[in-house]
Amino acid sequence: MRKTFIIFLAFLAGFVAAFAEAPQAIIARAAVAKSEKTQGEILTELMGNADESILPLLDAWRKDRLFLYENPGKPTAVVLLEGAKDAQGAQQATDIVTGKPLAVRLVADDLNAATHSANLRRIMKAVLDLTDLSSANPAKKLGAIAAIGQGQQIEKLPALEKRLVVETDPKAIKALREALALVRLRSPDHAVKLAALKELESLESLASTDFLKTVMKDAAAAKDEKLLAAARSALQAVERHRTVVDFGGTLFRSLSLGSILIIVALGLAITFGLMGVINMAHGEMIAIGAYTTYVVQNLFANGLALSPFGFSVGLPGLHAAGWWRESYFLFALPLSFLVAAGAGILLERGVIRFLYRRPLESLLATWGVSLLLQQLLRLTFGANNVQVGSPAYLSGNWIVGDVLLGWNRVFVIGFATLIVVGVWLVLTRTSVGLLIRSVTQNRSMAACMGVRTERVNMLTFALGSGLAGLAGAFLSQIGNVGPSLGQSYVVDSFMVVVVGGVGDLVGTVISGLGIGSFDQFTQQYSPTVAGALANVPFVGGALQNLAQDSAVFGKILVLCVIILFLQWRPSGLFAARSRSLD
Amino acid sequence: MSSSEKYAPPAPPSDTVAALLAFTVLAVLIMPTLDVFGVIDHFTLNLWGKYLCYALLALSVNLLWGGTGLLSLGQGLFFALGGYMHGMYLMRMIGDQGQYHKPIPDFLVFLGWTELPGFWKPFESFSFAMLMVFLLPGVIAGIFGWLAFRSRIKGVYFSILTQALTYAGALIFFRNNTLMGGNNGFTDFKYELGFSLREPATQRGLFIATAAALIGVVIFLRWLEGTKFGLVQRAIRDGENRTLFSGYATPAFKLFLFVLAALIAAIGGALYVPQVGIINPSDMTPEKSLEAIVWVAVGGRGTLLGPILGAVFVNLLKSYATRAIPDLWLILLGGLFLLVVLFLPGGLVSLPSKLRGLWQKTTSTPATAA
Repeated sequence: MRKTFIIFLAFLAGFVAAFAEAPQAIIARAAVAKSEKTQGEILTELMGNADESILPLLDAWRKDRLFLYENPGKPTAVVLLEGAKDAQGAQQATDIVTGKPLAVRLVADDLNAATHSANLRRIMKAVLDLTDLSSANPAKKLGAIAAIGQGQQIEKLPALEKRLVVETDPKAIKALREALALVRLRSPDHAVKLAALKELESLESLASTDFLKTVMKDAAAAKDEKLLAAARSALQAVERHRTVVDFGGTLFRSLSLGSILIIVALGLAITFGLMGVINMAHGEMIAIGAYTTYVVQNLFANGLALSPFGFSVGLPGLHAAGWWRESYFLFALPLSFLVAAGAGILLERGVIRFLYRRPLESLLATWGVSLLLQQLLRLTFGANNVQVGSPAYLSGNWIVGDVLLGWNRVFVIGFATLIVVGVWLVLTRTSVGLLIRSVTQNRSMAACMGVRTERVNMLTFALGSGLAGLAGAFLSQIGNVGPSLGQSYVVDSFMVVVVGGVGDLVGTVISGLGIGSFDQFTQQYSPTVAGALANVPFVGGALQNLAQDSAVFGKILVLCVIILFLQWRPSGLFAARSRSLD
Repeated sequence: MSSSEKYAPPAPPSDTVAALLAFTVLAVLIMPTLDVFGVIDHFTLNLWGKYLCYALLALSVNLLWGGTGLLSLGQGLFFALGGYMHGMYLMRMIGDQGQYHKPIPDFLVFLGWTELPGFWKPFESFSFAMLMVFLLPGVIAGIFGWLAFRSRIKGVYFSILTQALTYAGALIFFRNNTLMGGNNGFTDFKYELGFSLREPATQRGLFIATAAALIGVVIFLRWLEGTKFGLVQRAIRDGENRTLFSGYATPAFKLFLFVLAALIAAIGGALYVPQVGIINPSDMTPEKSLEAIVWVAVGGRGTLLGPILGAVFVNLLKSYATRAIPDLWLILLGGLFLLVVLFLPGGLVSLPSKLRGLWQKTTSTPATAA
């Protein structure tokens, strides 16, 4: 078994070696070639097949430092002279094909340098321009390919064609086909143009829109029906594809915004559902979580100096490095939960328990707490945003069928799913969850059965605040951390709770996703509907004006829809049913 | 309370009437006179003018919260809208004396406008602007209130929705394309009805107008309290469902009160703008509305004097604290609010009776022990 495998590998290696001549060998062949024309032809073979490694060689050639060593009885070797000169002026010679030093040391003055003419130098430059096409760095390679396509650089067509033959990366192949087709749109040959249009149609190339439009214009001017039809059909295919991609992108962004809303509103919904207390300090609990993450990050790094109220407190750092430092987030998560939960317990014991049955007063008292906490955070950590570095693994993109999925957004969705599942498990599978649910459904009955509702209140508040802390840890990874971090989410999370109702976790999830998607879709499509809005009587002009700013428009529409929605369901999607009347 | 008892509206406590009278004399006569003779400087009078505008906002909050049990977190929206409507007139009165010396407001020049947008044109008329001071807040409050009360949105839900309403307003006015001055709002006013706003006499006139408006609103609200309407209003506060089942269309009552409160706030805002000299969307943010609630809570909700007292007291404190201890001001505000909500639900106006009670307790305890 293993033997066959090794044979296969050897065969493969041999095959590749035989098929693709190393660029160094091509250069050597060109250097020794007799006529300038042949040299040029050989060098042209390098186009699109050589990576950055040939740069020093061509550079040496241009600077007359690439020497021909005529070894009697053997083919002429092409060598570079390197290292210190000895007493005779001889240097160590390296064969550029094998990369190994020759046995003899050579003197530069005794050797002929490879010749080069202006034409040859131009070819070399063209070759060097195209080295990016074979770059080992995929992003660089794709960028170079796209640049050629976008520039419709017809002189680089051969290079692209050559590259397509040897390319193995499917992404690069697709990019090459796209670039080739784009470049060929400029071909004088009618058939080639038509084929290129077909190719673009089958590729559904989003980048080709403008070029297709140009082709259509030219074809219309030249009264070329066939070309016009082909271009139109290609454009239609591309536009169709774009609609799908835009929709996919919007859907994805909806999902991630919805996830953020769910995360920030979940804790709020639980406390509100159980105790009828809207915790206006919820935003500050989020901020506490975010700052906890900040502190943990700095503890893993170089420590932190704080100066709350003029006292200076220095926290020593662990000076961790590498993956150990990157893993700080795993420690920050539980800590931010615990710290925020602790703050929640303090808030419940210190303030809210005196205000049960006075929901409006508790709303106001928690707002007072929110002011206090905000200012305390400001005095401790400064009024400016602090830096929380997100780990490197969150910065990339993931492209699925032309839809760009940012890793951080994927992370958002995954995190929200985990938290929702976690909370659901706590509520349905643990004894604490059982108590919480019983008190939510009927407080007095639960109390009659011996549930210590006071304790349950405290635990619920701790859970709700802890979840806010988690949300903060998580928001620190995707945005800025400042004293008023929570404020920017507070109104949104209230909306989610109001729409979702307080009876059920599912309500929060559906309402978060619903509001998130509504917001994103109105943002995506508001420029499209702006024109139609102008026809609304009286306020048409104002609406159209508003729709220009899709972000604001989205938010305002969300509010309007929520108010209309509450006409239909005044206590949200999933209201706890009750026969009691106050 | 047994329902067979015949209801008689409570006679106004004599100290309230006395306080009102004292206030009238002080605000309308004494303070402006002192200003004329230079005993208090113009700045102080101006500052008090601002406090009185805030007092109107506080009365508006109190009418809903103290009187009807509706905690609106969005009264700042109506205050600011009233201010904006008056501000539009004041902006037109600048004429071509702005920085760009164009016949349209500076921010429009800055945005590349050469002509006045259509909806700005009627604001050259003072009476139209005054009409809009009432109309716009009234209509918005009417639509929102109708939708909200119709579907019986109440309690915390109502609070949150009003908060979102003012938040949406702030978002709209923050935009430059709304053509209402964007981030910076309106400022640099020059003339009101032909009088220069820089003249102390004009400011004095505005102060007196504010005091008069405040007194007028207080008298009106006092009268309203005594009518049958006021009775239903308190019934809604104390037991909405019972009132509803007794045959009163509570949504209609609440809608009327909500619009009325919006109008009171709008009057405050309209008087605020020429005295303070600026109006911008930050006045519409939810925090501003919440601040107004602090005033009412601190002063004492459910009374007429409390909100005024609270607005003046908290803002005096603010003027002092933001200069002397700027870092601690928010802590002070939050802490004060917390303390009042927890330990003094009746606010400052209840302090005398509370202290009296405490005093009697301490003096009588030894007597019973002996």
